[in-house]
Amino acid sequence: MSGTGPREAVFPTRQALTNTKLRLKSAQNGHSLLAKKRDALTMRFRAILRKVDEAKRRMGRVMQLASFSLAEVTYATGANSIAYLVQEQAKSATFRVKSRSDNVSGVILPAFESDRTAGSDFNLTGLGRGGQQILKAREVYAKALETLVELASLQTAFMILDDVIRATNRRVNAIEHVIIPRLDNTVKYILSELDEADREEFFRLKKVQGKKKRDAEQAELLRKALMAEEGLDPNVAPKVPDAVEGFGADDEGEPRSTDLLNSKDEDVIF
Amino acid sequence: MAQKDRTLLAVIGDEDSVTGVLLAGVGHVDERQKKNFLVVDSKTQVSTIESAFQEFTERKDIAILLINQHIAEKIRPTVDKYTQAFPALLEIPSKDHPYDPSKDSILKRVQKLSGD
Repeated sequence: MSGTGPREAVFPTRQALTNTKLRLKSAQNGHSLLAKKRDALTMRFRAILRKVDEAKRRMGRVMQLASFSLAEVTYATGANSIAYLVQEQAKSATFRVKSRSDNVSGVILPAFESDRTAGSDFNLTGLGRGGQQILKAREVYAKALETLVELASLQTAFMILDDVIRATNRRVNAIEHVIIPRLDNTVKYILSELDEADREEFFRLKKVQGKKKRDAEQAELLRKALMAEEGLDPNVAPKVPDAVEGFGADDEGEPRSTDLLNSKDEDVIF
Repeated sequence: MAQKDRTLLAVIGDEDSVTGVLLAGVGHVDERQKKNFLVVDSKTQVSTIESAFQEFTERKDIAILLINQHIAEKIRPTVDKYTQAFPALLEIPSKDHPYDPSKDSILKRVQKLSGD
């Protein structure tokens, strides 16, 4: 019988059997649920994967456009670029992101949203030369950044999903390869122990029956021998003398010899 | 979630990229005079880039870190080891270095995973 391999340490009783079977059932349920969750997440994951890929390529093009517009600015404002000015101007970010939590089949995924506040950086745009271009460049860059923010959201979602899928997969495998075989082995062990106990019981019963039978046969033999000794008919069951009838004659008129002192037991030594 | 406090973007890039991004309003200087951008030129040391990268990824108020791809190349091992979900790391092209998907460390993970 199988039952080799790791199993839980339990006493092989029927109650333990019921318990273990219940646990096995719930482990199997859990396994199929987790496998479903993992499959759903994997589908989502692949969808996001494709989106990330194409978004990254799109971003390449968007950023190129943006840097063209910046080049226009440099062209319009003359030889000096506005880099220094812009860096000095940066005090408080007007372009921020807000985070939002999405729930995707049980996994909380953060998403970013661009959050632009009306800035105080209009002093740049008042420049005599190139104010227009600067405004335009800003808008182009802002659009580019919005694409980038979307991309970042997709990317984080992708990384978090990746982690969750790995963890779920580990759990599924653990249940499938460790927990269910253990419980299985436990059930088989208990069953085999119970079966063996049954067989032992049965065997014992048979033995006892056999012994009882032999004892009864021996008693019968002894009785027959005794009666033959006394001269009584061994086939007639002896009448038990009761108080009323006394110890007188029996039905046939013969004195009943139930002299205890004279009758001997076979195994009395003296 | 702590992500509610992450509202800023940060950028490590060449002058043009940083200018453009700052123009859109990303620049921020906090009360400790720390900026959320680093301009990298040909004279910038790799260690400077490394420490800026470390700093930006450890700050709790930065949600997205933009980095030019050719600069990411210089600190490629550090970037490849980066596995945090926040801040989100994004490799962007620059004027002189168009976007090359084969070098993007995030996409490399993507490819590795879509292969299995």
